[in-house]
Amino acid sequence: MLKFIKHTMETIVGVEIFPIISFLIFFIFFVGLFVWVAKMQKSEIAEVAQLPLDDEGEENLIN
Amino acid sequence: MQVEKFSYDNNIVRMFANATIVWGVTGMLVGLLVAFQFIFPALNFNLEYTTFGRIRPLHTNAVIFAFVGNGIFAGVYYSLQRLLKTRMYSDLLSKINFWGWQLIILSAVITLPMGYTTSKEYAELEWPIDIAIALIWVVFGWNMFATILKRRERHLYVAVWFYIATFVTVAVLHIVNSFELPISFMKSYSWYAGVQDALVQWWYGHNAVAFFLTTPYLGLMYYFVPKAANRPVFSYRLSIIHFWALIFLYIWAGPHHLLYTSLPDWAQSLGVVFSIMLIAPSWGGMINGLLTLRGAWDKVRDSAVLKFFVVAITAYGMSTFEGPMLSLKNVNAIAHFTDWIVAHVHVGALGWNGFLTFGMLYFLFPLLFRTKLYSEKMANFHFWIGTLGILFYAIPLYWAGFTQSQMWNDFTNDGFLQYPNFLETVTNIIPMYAYRAVGGTLYFTGVIVMVVNLVLTAKKGSFQANEEAEAPALAPVYKKHKGEHWHRWIERKPTQLLIGSLIVILIGGVIEMVPTFLVKSNVPTIESVKPYTPLELHGRDIYIAEGCNNCHSQMVRPFRSETERYGEYSKAGEFVYDHPFLWGSKRTGPDLAREGTAKLRKPNSWHFKHMYDPRSVSPGSIMPAYPWLLDQDYDTSMTPKMIEAMITLGVPYEEDYPQRANEDVMEQANEVAEDMRETLEEEGFEVAPERKIVALIAYLQRLGVDIEKGKTAEK
Repeated sequence: MLKFIKHTMETIVGVEIFPIISFLIFFIFFVGLFVWVAKMQKSEIAEVAQLPLDDEGEENLIN
Repeated sequence: MQVEKFSYDNNIVRMFANATIVWGVTGMLVGLLVAFQFIFPALNFNLEYTTFGRIRPLHTNAVIFAFVGNGIFAGVYYSLQRLLKTRMYSDLLSKINFWGWQLIILSAVITLPMGYTTSKEYAELEWPIDIAIALIWVVFGWNMFATILKRRERHLYVAVWFYIATFVTVAVLHIVNSFELPISFMKSYSWYAGVQDALVQWWYGHNAVAFFLTTPYLGLMYYFVPKAANRPVFSYRLSIIHFWALIFLYIWAGPHHLLYTSLPDWAQSLGVVFSIMLIAPSWGGMINGLLTLRGAWDKVRDSAVLKFFVVAITAYGMSTFEGPMLSLKNVNAIAHFTDWIVAHVHVGALGWNGFLTFGMLYFLFPLLFRTKLYSEKMANFHFWIGTLGILFYAIPLYWAGFTQSQMWNDFTNDGFLQYPNFLETVTNIIPMYAYRAVGGTLYFTGVIVMVVNLVLTAKKGSFQANEEAEAPALAPVYKKHKGEHWHRWIERKPTQLLIGSLIVILIGGVIEMVPTFLVKSNVPTIESVKPYTPLELHGRDIYIAEGCNNCHSQMVRPFRSETERYGEYSKAGEFVYDHPFLWGSKRTGPDLAREGTAKLRKPNSWHFKHMYDPRSVSPGSIMPAYPWLLDQDYDTSMTPKMIEAMITLGVPYEEDYPQRANEDVMEQANEVAEDMRETLEEEGFEVAPERKIVALIAYLQRLGVDIEKGKTAEK
């Protein structure tokens, strides 16, 4: 199995940097995502989460 | 700020909701028919249009693209307008979307029973319909995007992101998997061959589940569950992480459909790793959905809508836990090719998609028709009988799958297969198939009760095609307030969101596919593997048209129990001329990859009689009979085109072979026919070399022969 991976990778020019780049892109993206999500303000969240409920005139019909 | 008056288009929502119901009933009815065919093979009716091999794709296409597809559109057209506080961009585009989609479904309903199929699961429709799907999908995306651009609400609620990701990804999946070379109006060959075709197909197949059955429905969940519970989603933060993690991870998971096959190991391993990671976002989403009901669980007691939603989300949680477990190689070794997978799929389909759709319909109809639901009691009855139906469907099939797998793998103390006759492992589980059919019937009964309830609701109320609404216009320039969260920038920018999700989903596909396509060592060639003869190609086309691959695999996994039963395990190099690949995904009948080898080879006359009436040579078999193959001719006028297409796709026939091919067809056909003539004519059969049965036998007798030749040569 290892020889497959090795050969596959070796036959692409400059491939050494590919996995590192893609790992970094996604690692940074997801870490960034977590950090910012954690830092979001409560008021903002409440406002956006309320969007589906903004609609008037429906409630009286829902059982 | 000026308040603008406008109206929501409820008519399009009603049209899609009605279509959801009509196609749901149709698709499930066909599902019931195929379920009963397992117990009573006579229900194949000895007609080519109603055999399992052709009807099973009709069932899957109808429930996925017709029932769930229309459900998606109904839900999206309802929620998008309200989340964005605007009418759909164009009523005309909405109508084109609706009628185009229904025409596509209708063409599937006609062409699939006629045997026009590519054989690729959930992508069976032939090339003209593929093009139509792409065009109508673009109309949907265009309409959605134009609506987003003219919205009156600055922020895009999380449901809308799921809709956007769905649109982008389904477009990519459909186009890449549908690369095919047409040879006539309704026949084409896959651009890819063997291992590569398999990889593309299951990258598509898995993500059809992910981006057609999951992401749009998660969008609907994030809209309708808060609405029905009348409280905001449990955690909006979690929904952001849920979204990005889910679309990033899902796209890599396809190869878990190909574990222990000839797919290179590294690709299999990638598939496993990402499938396991998928538990995290999937369960994040499930928890987010369920906890939205925090403090409102008392409402569940009174509301059928919420009951349906709760079971739907629970079923989502169960199948997204089971999926990663099935992706573990040791579990997969047991479950793959058995009814376990069918049970797994139906927990998702009946529970998650079905129940979420039903909940949504019970929620929408009273709103659309401005009245209360005709009968809450009937809805509750539907809920309970449906839930019971799911249990009766799934549990027997889990049992059947596990039992059959154990029987395949059982050895005697002397080291021989305990059940060398495959048929024995089938007849053993037929009672389980009967329970499954009962489960399906219960579920279907619930659906009929729903239809009555919804029709009576509609009759009682008055439909309002245009619902008046008002909202302030969107200020042209948005002033960013200090310390604003960066993600809200994305939430305001639909185009960036589209490009972002496109990049995220493309990475997984590219990394898995490019090496498999470009790197030769991934598909080592085998000297003794030669292209099919033209008669065998005709036979292969018949195999595809009859949908044999729905019940027979052509993939011997490298297990002792399989090499003992079938022979040499399958290798990547065997399939280099297979456009399309025919590995199959379920063994209702035995594997056929080694059908022509000395170990398994049967006389031509056996195949002839077996196709005419399987039970005459295999008592107890549940295979349909194929009497028409004995009367119909294969089309020799197509031979040159078939060979030309294969040459274009890289199969090494000589350049002038297309013109000469028919001579070889006749020669080989005569050989096959003469070989079995005497035996069969004694029994009163008529044998002619131009009949379809002859081509099919030639193909079946070829399977595995090349590998065997290679082995003999080595010795």
